[in-house]
Amino acid sequence: MKFTYTIEGGDFSKAGHASSSVKKVLKQLNVNSKVIKRIVVALYEGEVNVVAHAYRGKIEADINAERIYVRIEDEGPGIPDIGLAMTAGYSTASEKVREMGFGAGMGLPNMKKNTDELKVTSEVDKGTTVEMTTYLK
Amino acid sequence: MHNDFHHALVVDNELCYGCTHCMMACPTAAIRIDNGKAVIIDERCIDCGECMKACPVDAIFVEQDDFKKIFEYEYRIAIVPAVFLGQFSKKISVKEIVDAIKETGFTHVFLAEESAEVINEVMLNEYDSDRERPLISPFCPAVVRLIQVKFPGMVENIIPVKTPVDSTAMYVKKYMQDKGLPEKRTGIFYVTPCAAKIAALKSIPEDEIVINGVINMDMLYNKVYHIFKTRKGGNTIEDGSFTGISPKVLKWSLTGGEADNMKGRCLAIDEVHNVTKFLERVEDGDIINVDFLELRACDHGCAGGVLMTENRFLTVERIRTKADRIKEDLPEQPIEKYHGHLKANAGISEIEPRSMFKLDEDMEEAYRKMQRIRHLMCFLPAIDCGACGAPNCQSLAEDVVKGKAHLSNCIFIQRSMEKNRKLSNEHAIRLIEKVWGKDRLDKNCNKKGAENETD
Repeated sequence: MKFTYTIEGGDFSKAGHASSSVKKVLKQLNVNSKVIKRIVVALYEGEVNVVAHAYRGKIEADINAERIYVRIEDEGPGIPDIGLAMTAGYSTASEKVREMGFGAGMGLPNMKKNTDELKVTSEVDKGTTVEMTTYLK
Repeated sequence: MHNDFHHALVVDNELCYGCTHCMMACPTAAIRIDNGKAVIIDERCIDCGECMKACPVDAIFVEQDDFKKIFEYEYRIAIVPAVFLGQFSKKISVKEIVDAIKETGFTHVFLAEESAEVINEVMLNEYDSDRERPLISPFCPAVVRLIQVKFPGMVENIIPVKTPVDSTAMYVKKYMQDKGLPEKRTGIFYVTPCAAKIAALKSIPEDEIVINGVINMDMLYNKVYHIFKTRKGGNTIEDGSFTGISPKVLKWSLTGGEADNMKGRCLAIDEVHNVTKFLERVEDGDIINVDFLELRACDHGCAGGVLMTENRFLTVERIRTKADRIKEDLPEQPIEKYHGHLKANAGISEIEPRSMFKLDEDMEEAYRKMQRIRHLMCFLPAIDCGACGAPNCQSLAEDVVKGKAHLSNCIFIQRSMEKNRKLSNEHAIRLIEKVWGKDRLDKNCNKKGAENETD
């Protein structure tokens, strides 16, 4: 089953829409609540990343009885050094974003912690794609 | 605890005319219309009472014990929540209210929240545990049930502690024993402001039952009010010295009653839809660094209980006024001697999840059902009219997949079937009658708003 969501850069009020919707589906599938929590945390971080850093983005979640695969693709500045971005505490978020309580530099590290497989690809001045797979059992 | 999910809300089939108000108001989509009557689905109902509040003809009621049952006992004890004291004008003192309760037949009256100090202490001790944050109070049984069915992943946040009424009942029982009054001749009755408390009390395992019966608050209100209206003599002025209950105990069941007495970042949220929305956000990981949540299913806490007669704003104001008048140096209360005993016995077993969402225990089967639901949603009109007997299209689709309803219950699907000559007129009528009752399509001038409306 495929679910798609769009994200607008800068619109923090909508961040969490995809994770909330995916959560409902996983609950119906009787997925263990601890697993749901990991998936929801990772996806929420991903959504916030797009809102905070990119111009716009698209989320595709593909769910079957075995696993959930999420692909978050954005149009944005891209990440010059992915290794650095994966470091806990490292952040390029603007002052404005930090004031809103975001941008602590835990986005990607948190996503890595909460997914079984994480792949980040990025091109500077074009955008970033994050792929996450988590097994449901 | 709560292995048996007892429910206290009952539909009176004589009065119910299948209007869908309750079905649309239910926060857990637990009501369907079948054969012209509302039907409550046990697994989904959380006993919040929203349906009862929404019913235009009082067809939903809260089952209670026969008041006469109290006279089976020689010692008849009423455990009364503080909000009852806010049901009457400020000119009527607490003592007068207590005396009037006794006049209805009780020999002793205790305040349900009397043990709140003990419960407060036990909850504060949880701060040192490694329990998941935010800690959630188990005070409101409808909220506990809401979390069980709708937020099963958060049951571990609920502090496993007795509610004040359970702890107070334990104190009352021991107090009476210590006074040498035989247990068999002592009947403890709880006067409830809502359906959820009854449902929770009746779900307690047989061997742990302390409370012998439940009386609805509106019934006691009528009895007490009648005494005030018919008696002779003037009112006495409140002197605030009744039993020396503390302001904290008095305000415990109002919004903020618990949150104001907990540590760290505490939030008090009332009304079931507000609670649901907030828990959604906590579950999404969107709200962090909150230590304690006081959650109540009713607006203004127990003052907004479904069995309250008086306006909830007035109730709150009166209780706050009473609390403000209480002198600071309170005499020692009998309950304080039992502090250690109550504290040692305040624990309950962990709350179990009972998800209402899962389409099947087996994930693969659930997945297949989910696919079918999504497919059915392609055909349903998504206007959530309720004419199929389910509160919205999504619920109908789920019911169909669970084998509990037919897609042809949808009147839009019926039209399209008729258009394609897959449904005869007679069959369409039969389908309507199945959901809405045999005579639903007949002219009836007795219904609400019609020419010969009868009440």
